[in-house]
Amino acid sequence: MEIPRHWRLKQQRYRLVGEVCQHCESKIFPPRDICPECGGEADTLYTFSGNGEVYSYTTVHEGPAGYDDSTPYTVALVKLDEGPTVTAQLTDVDEDSLQIGMPVEMVTRKLKNDGDERGMIVYGYKFRPRMAVA
Amino acid sequence: MSDVVIVGFGQTTVGEHWDTDLRKLSYQAIDAAIKDAGGLRPQALYVGNMLAATLSKQAHLGPLLADYAGLTGIEAVTIEAAGASSAAALRAGYLAVKSGQLDTVLILGIEKFSDKIGSGFDEALATTSDSDYEAVQGLTPVAQAALLMKRYMHENEVPADGFAGFALTAHANGAGNKNAMFQKAIKPELYAKGGMVSEPINIFDVAPHADGAAALVLARRELLPSNGPNPLIKIAGSASASDTLALHDRKDMLFFEAAHQSAGKAINQAEISLDQINLFEYHDVFSIYAALSLESVGFATRGQGWKLAADGGIARDGKIPCATMGGLKARGFPGGASGAYQAIEAAQQLRGGAEANQIEDPEYALIQSLGGPASTAVTHVLQRLD
Ligand SMILES: [Zn+2]
Repeated sequence: MEIPRHWRLKQQRYRLVGEVCQHCESKIFPPRDICPECGGEADTLYTFSGNGEVYSYTTVHEGPAGYDDSTPYTVALVKLDEGPTVTAQLTDVDEDSLQIGMPVEMVTRKLKNDGDERGMIVYGYKFRPRMAVA
Repeated sequence: MSDVVIVGFGQTTVGEHWDTDLRKLSYQAIDAAIKDAGGLRPQALYVGNMLAATLSKQAHLGPLLADYAGLTGIEAVTIEAAGASSAAALRAGYLAVKSGQLDTVLILGIEKFSDKIGSGFDEALATTSDSDYEAVQGLTPVAQAALLMKRYMHENEVPADGFAGFALTAHANGAGNKNAMFQKAIKPELYAKGGMVSEPINIFDVAPHADGAAALVLARRELLPSNGPNPLIKIAGSASASDTLALHDRKDMLFFEAAHQSAGKAINQAEISLDQINLFEYHDVFSIYAALSLESVGFATRGQGWKLAADGGIARDGKIPCATMGGLKARGFPGGASGAYQAIEAAQQLRGGAEANQIEDPEYALIQSLGGPASTAVTHVLQRLD
């Protein structure tokens, strides 16, 4: 069980809270103490829109412990509109329609079972195809 | 400053050593290396290992393995850099001897992957990535490599069998290496029929996990007689660089910056140019890594590494022979021990002892070991001394 660790990350996992650099205005995810763009100190929170596009994707058929019940699942590199790229699972997606460049949006879903069958469930961000604006 | 030379080496076969435990496997390689070095007793043991603490529930390998090998009392520590662990240990040994602090050092790469099987093994392997932002998403190393390969193929318009050259070359060379896990050449048709692991990666794009131990004895050159039984191999260049641990944190994911940096430094230190290198042992744990390594080091231009393999450029008679004893793909991938195997295989070539796989009269070998997607890259230049 790793409750404190998952608790610490809940702002990132549930809401994509990163940072904006006060020096160069870069958007940063996940949050870190030093801006990777300019090397300045980073400490101002910024909530990402959750919109992005698929940079690359693949399917996991043999998952690690805690994920082996969910196979097969799709993982992707998602380039967020604000700049950074994240690794995340895709959900609610039709495999055949999936392609590089596809617009996606963040949703919160179950990521894994932590520990045994009585263990805590870890929730976090996944991405699904972005709904077309009517 | 004095030269650092490889005086002796020894390796176990690479495969599933169900009957042999961590300490015994290690000892077999150590014993062979010390005998090959004419019985030279090392003053220190640097162990390169990736996952023994998780897979074998055994940390603190230094004292365990030194003692088991009859070297109780010497300096003995572990160095961890995921798949690059024993290459990092080799560099630590090089620095210790080069600085004059030590005269002789033993480097051991050891990995006992078969101590854990099933999804627990995959979980352990995933701990080498960013736990909070990669592994938590169910990402595995092979899936991550698939993400890279898919994007690479998309940008460079690579055909479906475009990467076949890496596996074909590796298996052709594995056939001549009696320590290799796979000692059979494969045909292009077999590659094309390979089952998908994580699309577009098929089973022939992935090096097999295996157990293995490999050891090298380093020494200061002046201490050795000039008329020893084996040609001496000098470590002419040694460098290490790091990149972001998480792949997604890089601006340019399709270039291994740390591989580029460490290779550049090692080659400069050896005072040679890229075209003087006679063979390249790259970290082909996935064929996409091999392609990116060729490009990042400079043997191929961006997006063209796969073509060099497809056109026979990495074969033993090609422009730059790679994976000359089978590479990780055919010799097998014993995790953190891989770098020590690479060093031994390059040394075999430079000594002229590579038997059926011998490259014609090589003087310089480049070896490069990666941790993760080149989050760590350790590069050495080895030189034959006549
Ligand atoms: Zn900044």
